[in-house]
Amino acid sequence: MDPMEAIKATFFQECDELLGDLEAGLLTLETGDGDLETVNAVFRAVHSVKGGAGAFGLEPLVRFAHVFETTMDMVRSGALAPDPDVIKVLLRAADHLADHVSVAKGNDTALGGEDGLVAELEALSSGAGTGDAPVPSIAAAANDEPDFGFSPMMISIDDGPDEAPAGVPDWSVSFTPKDVMYRNANDALPLMRELTRLGPVVVSCDVDQVPLLDALDPLGAYLTWNVILTAPDVARERILDVFEFVDGDCLFSVEPVQAELPDLSFVLPDLEPLIPTAPDEPEPALLAEPALAPIDAAAPPAVAAAAPAAAAAAGAADAPSADGRASEAAAPTIRVDLDRVDRLIDLVGELVINQAMLAQRVMESGVARSSNIALGLDDLEQLTREIQDSVMAIRAQPVKSVFQRMPRLAREVAAMTGKRVRLVTEGEGTEVDKTVIERLAEPLTHMLRNSIDHGLETPEERRAVGKPEEGVVKLAAMHRSGRIVIEISDDGKGINRERVREIAIKRGLIEADASLSDEEIDNLIFAPGFSTAATISDVSGRGVGMDVVKRSIQALGGRITIVSKPGHGSTFTMSLPLTLAVLDGMVVTVGEQTLVVPITAIVESLQPKPGDIQALGPEGHVLSVRGAYVPLIDVSESMGWTSPDLTGPGVTLLVESGTGGLAALRVDAIQGQRQVVIKSLELNYQQVEGIAAATILGDGRVALILDVDALISLRKRTAPPPSFQLAIAS
Amino acid sequence: MTMCILTVDDSRTMRDMLRLALAGDEFEVVQAVDGLDGLEVLGRNEPDVIITDINMPNLDGFGFIEGVRRTERHRSTPILVLTTESDSVKKQRARDSGATGWIVKPFDPVKLIDAIRRVAA
Repeated sequence: MDPMEAIKATFFQECDELLGDLEAGLLTLETGDGDLETVNAVFRAVHSVKGGAGAFGLEPLVRFAHVFETTMDMVRSGALAPDPDVIKVLLRAADHLADHVSVAKGNDTALGGEDGLVAELEALSSGAGTGDAPVPSIAAAANDEPDFGFSPMMISIDDGPDEAPAGVPDWSVSFTPKDVMYRNANDALPLMRELTRLGPVVVSCDVDQVPLLDALDPLGAYLTWNVILTAPDVARERILDVFEFVDGDCLFSVEPVQAELPDLSFVLPDLEPLIPTAPDEPEPALLAEPALAPIDAAAPPAVAAAAPAAAAAAGAADAPSADGRASEAAAPTIRVDLDRVDRLIDLVGELVINQAMLAQRVMESGVARSSNIALGLDDLEQLTREIQDSVMAIRAQPVKSVFQRMPRLAREVAAMTGKRVRLVTEGEGTEVDKTVIERLAEPLTHMLRNSIDHGLETPEERRAVGKPEEGVVKLAAMHRSGRIVIEISDDGKGINRERVREIAIKRGLIEADASLSDEEIDNLIFAPGFSTAATISDVSGRGVGMDVVKRSIQALGGRITIVSKPGHGSTFTMSLPLTLAVLDGMVVTVGEQTLVVPITAIVESLQPKPGDIQALGPEGHVLSVRGAYVPLIDVSESMGWTSPDLTGPGVTLLVESGTGGLAALRVDAIQGQRQVVIKSLELNYQQVEGIAAATILGDGRVALILDVDALISLRKRTAPPPSFQLAIAS
Repeated sequence: MTMCILTVDDSRTMRDMLRLALAGDEFEVVQAVDGLDGLEVLGRNEPDVIITDINMPNLDGFGFIEGVRRTERHRSTPILVLTTESDSVKKQRARDSGATGWIVKPFDPVKLIDAIRRVAA
């Protein structure tokens, strides 16, 4: 990749972080918890976005960031108080800045409504000007700052002509450093060296001001340098440029030479000897004493020629060899191709499986648990687990990257619905595998929108029931027993169970006289039929899209639950695996095949008695589970290996499909629970109905991972008629 | 002789650009992420020239420059300020802190190297 392209990619990555920090900082300020460092951080975020954008010539972005930055600068300097009204504008500016970045990335094409926002920002910063501190107008500030291109500050040092008059071949440069110039680590030598790059020079040093030794301040400046530069084509600016950094720290003039050379008291025919790289034998000089030499070698008298040489020698001696240096400051991160990490994760997953198989074989061989081999295996298991955890941690990311998109969403939904919302986030640092993070954004977005739209009351309603007008929605993430738990809770009105019930009856989801617990009613909002109809979009329950949410959570191997308290709000809890790269599976045997059933789908395992299985219709069978009947699916038959043989020994796994329907899977034997590494079947072969993915077992064989949902719907299509299905559904 | 340059900037983008601009045999680049880190890195390295940003967390550019100048070993190490700030008050403040020169962002790689040469001993 073109290095600039790579840096640009880094820039956009950095932008995302900065925009997140920016928003977080503004929200902190909004709550009144912010301090000066928060303000500074917010300023820096805008400033850094602008800086980087300038480097890539993203002018619209730079222009807007500049206006934003100017306003932030007012806040930073205390001229503008960060009260809620100001923060509101700044938050919108932050959103707009994010849009700008998105456009710059090429994700979005158009940006509208900027003028109004710019005007608001400008009004804020100019309004601030009426306060204590006089503040220049935006326009002046903008003009003051040359943001585009490299624009060194031009120094007007004297009134001399700007161009060498015709026929004047030389420039006469006079240069008298003040001591402050040396203190800031400027030196006469590099400046003279720069002049030699413009043309041949004759340098002389005026030592008249040098005091006697006892009055000499080693940090003082006593010399004046006169330089005749033979460079007729060189413009005066080029010479001024050389002295740009010492403007104000020296007396300085540049004049065209009219006639003969001035009378030089100490003429050096050539500057070359002044710029040795490492002279073999530095002249012994007054100032070559170590204490003085590095500080100000050029200033002292009488040794003008020798001193720089001594300094250079000292410098050469001081400088450690290149390989003696640490070549790089300790980098906090490295960037690695994701493929490499994935490969490592695959391998470690196989190692885990292999280790488990090995352990099993050793145990089967009858070795005592306390034997050295068994103990060694225990250590190996411990180590493999640790390696696996560490490797998975490489891909782990804090959920912050998803959480930080939420405040903006909350603002937008609040604005659309006329509600007042404060979003509180907790546990942003909780880490989850990248594969999960990427798929978390959609359900979270959906749920947050629902919480505000359907959960929270309007400010008037809240006031009427004695709640503060501003509703609080809390988004929290935490680790709990090897899974990540994400909670979205609100302090709204809770689920209106009466309405939910009515709708469910109307939609035919439940019988009119069905007796359901509160929990069961709450869970109806996840039912597929509940939300699809447009007529219920204004309903006070929480229908819209929750079935979609539930499905995408389940696709991640997760579960979602609700707790709702009328008048006090609702809490949605998602429990998700930390990664999608490995899966907790039940390894089962079906015929000669070993298959894996995802643990998340399994409710329980049963060993049915012969009478529990009943034929239903020509081909279907049902299993009696504590008085209820569930469809029985013979896995071997579904896979097309054998015709059903339900008389032989076997076990069943009671499984739950994504939509909540139960079914029983019949297999020959259960081998045990194991973690398996997920391999895509689609990428390596093709999609197969009923199969979700594949994995590799410890003995190198491929085992298929069953897609429970697909198996259930496959059976529905091939087996009993729908009317019959309904009769056994409850 | 390879020159060692220490760059101090909180922006990864800017650090990458500086590294790219200075890539080659002529310079060896050492980087730090803010003023505090800069002083720490300085403890382990002997840069010939330091380039620093002004707006940084933990310790800003002014504080960093003052810190460098307080270290006897680095009293005469040239420090270039690389910043988008170009107003003369800030520039004067940088100079009062002990800055040797300044470069306005976004920088031109050629001018950057020019500026380094102009201050390097």
